[in-house]
Amino acid sequence: MRSSSAGLTPPVSARDHVQGPADAPVTLVEYGDYECPHCGRAYPMVQAVQRSMGNDLRFVFRNFPLAKSHPHAEHAAEMAEAADHQGKFWPMHDLLFENQDALEDEDLIGYAASLGIDAAWAAAALAQGLFRERVHEDFASGVKSGVNGTPTFFINGVRYDGLLHPTSLLDALVSAATPE
Amino acid sequence: MSSLLSAGTPAPDFTLPRGPDAKTRLADSRGHPVILAFYPADWSPVCGDELALFNECLPEFQRYRAELLGISVDGVWCHKAYRDARHFDFHLLADFEPKGAVSRAYGAYRAQDGFSERALFVLDGAGVIRWSYLSPVSVNPGADGILAALDALK
Repeated sequence: MRSSSAGLTPPVSARDHVQGPADAPVTLVEYGDYECPHCGRAYPMVQAVQRSMGNDLRFVFRNFPLAKSHPHAEHAAEMAEAADHQGKFWPMHDLLFENQDALEDEDLIGYAASLGIDAAWAAAALAQGLFRERVHEDFASGVKSGVNGTPTFFINGVRYDGLLHPTSLLDALVSAATPE
Repeated sequence: MSSLLSAGTPAPDFTLPRGPDAKTRLADSRGHPVILAFYPADWSPVCGDELALFNECLPEFQRYRAELLGISVDGVWCHKAYRDARHFDFHLLADFEPKGAVSRAYGAYRAQDGFSERALFVLDGAGVIRWSYLSPVSVNPGADGILAALDALK
Protein backbone atom coordinates (compact mmCIF):
# COMPACT_ATOMS: atom_id res chain seq x y z
CA MET A 1 0.00 0.00 0.00
CA ARG A 2 2.52 2.55 -1.16
CA SER A 3 1.42 5.90 -2.40
CA SER A 4 4.15 5.87 -5.01
CA SER A 5 2.36 3.07 -6.87
CA ALA A 6 -0.69 5.28 -7.22
CA GLY A 7 -2.75 4.48 -10.27
CA LEU A 8 -5.62 6.19 -12.00
CA THR A 9 -8.98 5.27 -10.44
CA PRO A 10 -11.35 4.97 -12.21
CA PRO A 11 -9.81 4.48 -15.65
CA VAL A 12 -10.75 6.81 -18.50
CA SER A 13 -14.32 6.22 -19.58
CA ALA A 14 -17.20 7.76 -21.49
CA ARG A 15 -17.83 10.22 -18.63
CA ASP A 16 -14.47 11.90 -19.23
CA HIS A 17 -13.59 14.96 -21.30
CA VAL A 18 -11.34 13.65 -24.04
CA GLN A 19 -9.28 15.10 -26.88
CA GLY A 20 -7.59 12.76 -29.33
CA PRO A 21 -8.30 9.26 -30.58
CA ALA A 22 -9.57 6.54 -28.24
CA ASP A 23 -6.97 4.12 -29.63
CA ALA A 24 -3.99 6.45 -29.15
CA PRO A 25 -1.01 4.58 -27.65
CA VAL A 26 -0.64 7.18 -24.89
CA THR A 27 -3.27 8.70 -22.64
CA LEU A 28 -2.39 11.77 -20.61
CA VAL A 29 -4.81 12.61 -17.81
CA GLU A 30 -4.58 15.93 -15.99
CA TYR A 31 -6.20 16.67 -12.66
CA GLY A 32 -6.32 20.43 -12.69
CA ASP A 33 -7.67 23.58 -11.08
CA TYR A 34 -8.59 26.55 -13.27
CA GLU A 35 -7.32 29.06 -10.72
CA CYS A 36 -4.03 27.29 -9.94
CA PRO A 37 -1.05 29.18 -11.40
CA HIS A 38 0.90 25.95 -11.96
CA CYS A 39 -2.02 24.57 -13.97
CA GLY A 40 -1.99 27.82 -15.92
CA ARG A 41 1.68 27.22 -16.73
CA ALA A 42 0.94 23.61 -17.68
CA TYR A 43 -1.84 24.61 -20.10
CA PRO A 44 0.45 25.65 -22.99
CA MET A 45 2.74 22.68 -22.25
CA VAL A 46 -0.17 20.31 -22.77
CA GLN A 47 -1.03 22.07 -26.02
CA ALA A 48 2.60 21.77 -27.12
CA VAL A 49 2.79 18.03 -26.46
CA GLN A 50 -0.56 17.57 -28.21
CA ARG A 51 0.87 19.31 -31.28
CA SER A 52 4.05 17.23 -31.14
CA MET A 53 2.34 13.88 -30.74
CA GLY A 54 -0.77 14.35 -32.84
CA ASN A 55 -2.87 11.21 -33.01
CA ASP A 56 -0.48 9.33 -30.76
CA LEU A 57 -1.90 11.18 -27.77
CA ARG A 58 -5.26 11.18 -26.05
CA PHE A 59 -5.70 13.95 -23.46
CA VAL A 60 -8.21 13.86 -20.62
CA PHE A 61 -8.98 16.64 -18.14
CA ARG A 62 -10.50 16.00 -14.72
CA ASN A 63 -11.44 18.62 -12.13
CA PHE A 64 -9.43 18.99 -8.95
CA PRO A 65 -10.36 22.41 -7.56
CA LEU A 66 -8.39 23.35 -4.43
CA ALA A 67 -11.32 25.42 -3.27
CA LYS A 68 -9.84 26.51 0.06
CA SER A 69 -6.72 27.88 -1.61
CA HIS A 70 -8.45 29.17 -4.73
CA PRO A 71 -11.83 30.77 -4.04
CA HIS A 72 -12.92 30.83 -7.70
CA ALA A 73 -11.78 27.34 -8.62
CA GLU A 74 -14.95 25.45 -7.71
CA HIS A 75 -17.30 27.65 -9.71
CA ALA A 76 -14.90 27.71 -12.64
CA ALA A 77 -14.91 23.90 -12.66
CA GLU A 78 -18.70 23.84 -12.41
CA MET A 79 -18.94 26.26 -15.34
CA ALA A 80 -16.73 24.00 -17.45
CA GLU A 81 -19.10 21.13 -16.67
CA ALA A 82 -22.09 23.34 -17.45
CA ALA A 83 -20.49 24.16 -20.80
CA ASP A 84 -19.97 20.44 -21.37
CA HIS A 85 -23.70 19.98 -20.93
CA GLN A 86 -24.05 22.30 -23.92
CA GLY A 87 -21.30 20.57 -25.91
CA LYS A 88 -18.76 23.34 -25.19
CA PHE A 89 -16.40 21.83 -22.65
CA TRP A 90 -13.10 22.40 -24.45
CA PRO A 91 -13.80 25.97 -25.61
CA MET A 92 -14.74 26.82 -21.99
CA HIS A 93 -11.69 24.96 -20.65
CA ASP A 94 -9.46 27.08 -22.90
CA LEU A 95 -11.21 30.34 -21.98
CA LEU A 96 -10.80 29.61 -18.27
CA PHE A 97 -7.07 28.91 -18.53
CA GLU A 98 -6.56 31.92 -20.77
CA ASN A 99 -8.34 34.18 -18.27
CA GLN A 100 -7.15 32.88 -14.91
CA ASP A 101 -7.23 36.34 -13.38
CA ALA A 102 -10.89 36.92 -14.28
CA LEU A 103 -12.91 34.09 -12.75
CA GLU A 104 -15.64 35.91 -10.86
CA ASP A 105 -19.12 34.49 -11.38
CA GLU A 106 -20.02 37.29 -13.77
CA ASP A 107 -16.88 36.55 -15.80
CA LEU A 108 -17.81 32.86 -15.98
CA ILE A 109 -21.33 33.68 -17.10
CA GLY A 110 -19.90 36.05 -19.69
CA TYR A 111 -17.65 33.29 -21.08
CA ALA A 112 -20.69 31.02 -21.33
CA ALA A 113 -22.60 33.71 -23.22
CA SER A 114 -19.65 34.22 -25.57
CA LEU A 115 -19.86 30.52 -26.45
CA GLY A 116 -23.56 30.83 -27.23
CA ILE A 117 -24.77 29.36 -23.95
CA ASP A 118 -27.83 31.01 -22.42
CA ALA A 119 -26.51 33.34 -19.71
CA ALA A 120 -29.52 32.94 -17.43
CA TRP A 121 -29.19 29.16 -17.61
CA ALA A 122 -25.45 29.36 -16.88
CA ALA A 123 -26.08 31.64 -13.89
CA ALA A 124 -28.73 29.29 -12.55
CA ALA A 125 -26.44 26.29 -13.03
CA LEU A 126 -23.87 27.96 -10.77
CA ALA A 127 -26.38 29.25 -8.23
CA GLN A 128 -28.11 25.90 -7.92
CA GLY A 129 -24.91 23.86 -7.96
CA LEU A 130 -26.21 21.71 -10.82
CA PHE A 131 -22.71 20.43 -11.60
CA ARG A 132 -21.25 20.43 -8.09
CA GLU A 133 -21.61 16.68 -7.71
CA ARG A 134 -19.97 16.05 -11.08
CA VAL A 135 -16.97 18.13 -10.00
CA HIS A 136 -16.84 16.38 -6.65
CA GLU A 137 -16.79 12.97 -8.33
CA ASP A 138 -13.67 14.02 -10.19
CA PHE A 139 -12.10 15.37 -6.99
CA ALA A 140 -12.80 12.16 -5.07
CA SER A 141 -11.39 10.06 -7.91
CA GLY A 142 -8.28 12.22 -7.86
CA VAL A 143 -7.72 11.68 -4.16
CA LYS A 144 -8.12 7.91 -4.65
CA SER A 145 -5.73 8.01 -7.60
CA GLY A 146 -2.97 9.67 -5.60
CA VAL A 147 -3.29 13.24 -6.84
CA ASN A 148 -0.88 15.19 -4.65
CA GLY A 149 -1.35 18.74 -5.82
CA THR A 150 -2.32 20.54 -8.98
CA PRO A 151 -1.66 19.83 -11.69
CA THR A 152 -1.14 16.08 -11.32
CA PHE A 153 -0.66 14.11 -14.54
CA PHE A 154 -1.12 10.41 -15.22
CA ILE A 155 0.50 8.77 -18.25
CA ASN A 156 -1.23 5.55 -19.22
CA GLY A 157 -2.67 5.39 -15.71
CA VAL A 158 0.59 5.93 -13.80
CA ARG A 159 1.26 9.17 -11.93
CA TYR A 160 3.90 11.34 -13.56
CA ASP A 161 6.25 12.64 -10.88
CA GLY A 162 8.68 14.30 -13.25
CA LEU A 163 9.32 17.95 -13.86
CA LEU A 164 6.60 20.29 -15.03
CA HIS A 165 8.57 21.14 -18.13
CA PRO A 166 7.59 20.60 -21.79
CA THR A 167 10.68 18.57 -22.67
CA SER A 168 10.41 16.31 -19.63
CA LEU A 169 6.71 15.75 -20.18
CA LEU A 170 7.17 15.05 -23.87
CA ASP A 171 10.04 12.62 -23.18
CA ALA A 172 7.85 10.70 -20.74
CA LEU A 173 4.96 10.59 -23.22
CA VAL A 174 7.13 9.50 -26.12
CA SER A 175 8.75 6.74 -24.08
CA ALA A 176 5.26 5.57 -23.04
CA ALA A 177 4.31 5.47 -26.71
CA THR A 178 7.33 3.41 -27.71
CA PRO A 179 7.06 -0.37 -27.32
CA GLU A 180 9.78 -1.85 -25.08
CA MET B 1 17.81 7.01 9.43
CA SER B 2 15.27 6.22 12.10
CA SER B 3 12.82 3.36 11.71
CA LEU B 4 9.18 4.28 11.41
CA LEU B 5 6.74 2.66 13.85
CA SER B 6 4.75 0.08 11.92
CA ALA B 7 1.23 -1.33 11.84
CA GLY B 8 0.17 -3.16 15.00
CA THR B 9 2.18 -0.91 17.34
CA PRO B 10 0.23 1.03 19.98
CA ALA B 11 0.68 4.70 19.11
CA PRO B 12 2.85 6.43 21.75
CA ASP B 13 0.71 8.91 23.64
CA PHE B 14 1.69 12.56 23.65
CA THR B 15 0.50 15.99 24.66
CA LEU B 16 1.53 18.84 22.38
CA PRO B 17 0.51 22.48 22.05
CA ARG B 18 -1.89 23.15 19.19
CA GLY B 19 -1.83 26.89 19.76
CA PRO B 20 -0.61 29.51 22.21
CA ASP B 21 -3.22 28.52 24.81
CA ALA B 22 -4.31 24.98 24.05
CA LYS B 23 -2.92 21.47 24.04
CA THR B 24 -3.94 18.25 22.33
CA ARG B 25 -3.54 14.88 24.04
CA LEU B 26 -3.60 11.96 21.64
CA ALA B 27 -5.37 9.66 24.13
CA ASP B 28 -8.35 12.04 24.14
CA SER B 29 -9.02 11.05 20.54
CA ARG B 30 -9.95 7.43 21.25
CA GLY B 31 -13.14 6.16 19.63
CA HIS B 32 -12.41 7.39 16.14
CA PRO B 33 -9.56 7.06 13.67
CA VAL B 34 -6.71 9.57 13.83
CA ILE B 35 -4.40 10.56 10.98
CA LEU B 36 -0.99 11.84 12.08
CA ALA B 37 0.81 13.78 9.36
CA PHE B 38 4.41 14.52 10.31
CA TYR B 39 6.00 17.02 7.95
CA PRO B 40 9.33 18.86 7.71
CA ALA B 41 8.30 22.50 8.01
CA ASP B 42 5.58 25.12 7.68
CA TRP B 43 5.50 27.40 4.63
CA SER B 44 6.27 25.13 1.69
CA PRO B 45 4.86 26.20 -1.72
CA VAL B 46 1.09 26.37 -1.85
CA CYS B 47 -0.25 24.41 -4.79
CA GLY B 48 1.90 21.33 -4.40
CA ASP B 49 1.65 21.39 -0.68
CA GLU B 50 0.70 18.22 1.13
CA LEU B 51 -1.24 19.97 3.90
CA ALA B 52 -3.25 22.08 1.45
CA LEU B 53 -4.26 18.85 -0.24
CA PHE B 54 -5.21 17.21 3.07
CA ASN B 55 -7.18 20.35 3.97
CA GLU B 56 -9.24 19.87 0.81
CA CYS B 57 -9.63 16.18 1.65
CA LEU B 58 -11.12 16.78 5.12
CA PRO B 59 -14.67 15.96 3.94
CA GLU B 60 -13.35 12.64 2.60
CA PHE B 61 -11.63 11.93 5.93
CA GLN B 62 -14.73 12.91 7.87
CA ARG B 63 -16.70 10.18 6.14
CA TYR B 64 -14.61 7.84 8.27
CA ARG B 65 -14.93 10.11 11.37
CA ALA B 66 -11.16 10.47 11.12
CA GLU B 67 -9.36 13.37 12.80
CA LEU B 68 -6.31 14.85 11.09
CA LEU B 69 -3.40 16.26 13.12
CA GLY B 70 -0.36 17.88 11.50
CA ILE B 71 2.93 17.72 13.44
CA SER B 72 6.21 19.53 12.87
CA VAL B 73 8.94 21.09 14.98
CA ASP B 74 7.74 24.62 14.21
CA GLY B 75 6.58 26.67 17.19
CA VAL B 76 3.00 27.59 18.02
CA TRP B 77 3.14 31.13 16.63
CA CYS B 78 4.58 29.92 13.37
CA HIS B 79 1.88 27.25 13.16
CA LYS B 80 -0.80 29.83 13.93
CA ALA B 81 0.37 32.19 11.18
CA TYR B 82 0.68 29.31 8.72
CA ARG B 83 -2.71 27.82 9.59
CA ASP B 84 -4.44 31.21 9.37
CA ALA B 85 -2.75 32.10 6.08
CA ARG B 86 -3.65 28.80 4.43
CA HIS B 87 -7.14 28.48 5.96
CA PHE B 88 -6.38 25.05 7.38
CA ASP B 89 -9.35 23.55 9.19
CA PHE B 90 -7.31 21.09 11.24
CA HIS B 91 -4.79 21.48 14.06
CA LEU B 92 -1.04 21.78 13.69
CA LEU B 93 0.85 20.49 16.73
CA ALA B 94 4.18 21.95 17.79
CA ASP B 95 6.80 19.24 18.47
CA PHE B 96 8.99 22.08 19.64
CA GLU B 97 10.16 21.41 23.22
CA PRO B 98 11.89 19.13 23.77
CA LYS B 99 12.49 19.48 20.09
CA GLY B 100 11.23 16.61 17.96
CA ALA B 101 10.54 14.31 20.94
CA VAL B 102 7.23 13.03 19.58
CA SER B 103 8.61 12.68 16.06
CA ARG B 104 11.47 10.61 17.50
CA ALA B 105 9.03 8.40 19.42
CA TYR B 106 7.34 7.54 16.12
CA GLY B 107 10.62 7.01 14.29
CA ALA B 108 9.82 10.05 12.19
CA TYR B 109 12.66 12.44 13.01
CA ARG B 110 15.61 13.40 10.84
CA ALA B 111 18.28 14.06 13.46
CA GLN B 112 20.78 15.11 10.80
CA ASP B 113 18.41 17.83 9.57
CA GLY B 114 16.66 18.75 12.80
CA PHE B 115 13.13 18.32 11.51
CA SER B 116 10.44 15.67 11.14
CA GLU B 117 10.21 13.20 8.31
CA ARG B 118 7.34 13.40 5.86
CA ALA B 119 5.49 10.48 7.44
CA LEU B 120 1.89 9.39 7.77
CA PHE B 121 0.17 7.24 10.40
CA VAL B 122 -3.41 6.03 10.54
CA LEU B 123 -4.54 5.04 14.05
CA ASP B 124 -7.69 3.10 14.82
CA GLY B 125 -10.18 4.08 17.53
CA ALA B 126 -8.20 2.12 20.12
CA GLY B 127 -5.04 4.11 19.43
CA VAL B 128 -3.20 1.36 17.57
CA ILE B 129 -1.21 2.19 14.44
CA ARG B 130 -2.86 0.43 11.52
CA TRP B 131 -0.82 1.94 8.69
CA SER B 132 2.31 4.01 8.40
CA TYR B 133 4.14 5.42 5.44
CA LEU B 134 7.45 7.20 5.05
CA SER B 135 7.62 9.47 2.04
CA PRO B 136 10.79 10.92 0.55
CA VAL B 137 11.01 14.40 2.11
CA SER B 138 10.58 16.11 -1.25
CA VAL B 139 7.64 14.01 -2.44
CA ASN B 140 4.10 14.87 -1.53
CA PRO B 141 2.58 11.46 -0.73
CA GLY B 142 -1.01 12.30 -1.66
CA ALA B 143 -3.99 11.03 0.32
CA ASP B 144 -4.75 7.75 -1.41
CA GLY B 145 -2.78 5.68 1.10
CA ILE B 146 -4.66 7.29 3.99
CA LEU B 147 -8.02 6.60 2.38
CA ALA B 148 -7.11 2.98 1.66
CA ALA B 149 -6.01 2.56 5.30
CA LEU B 150 -9.24 4.13 6.58
CA ASP B 151 -11.19 1.83 4.26
CA ALA B 152 -9.39 -1.17 5.74
CA LEU B 153 -10.46 -0.15 9.28
CA LYS B 154 -14.12 -0.65 8.48
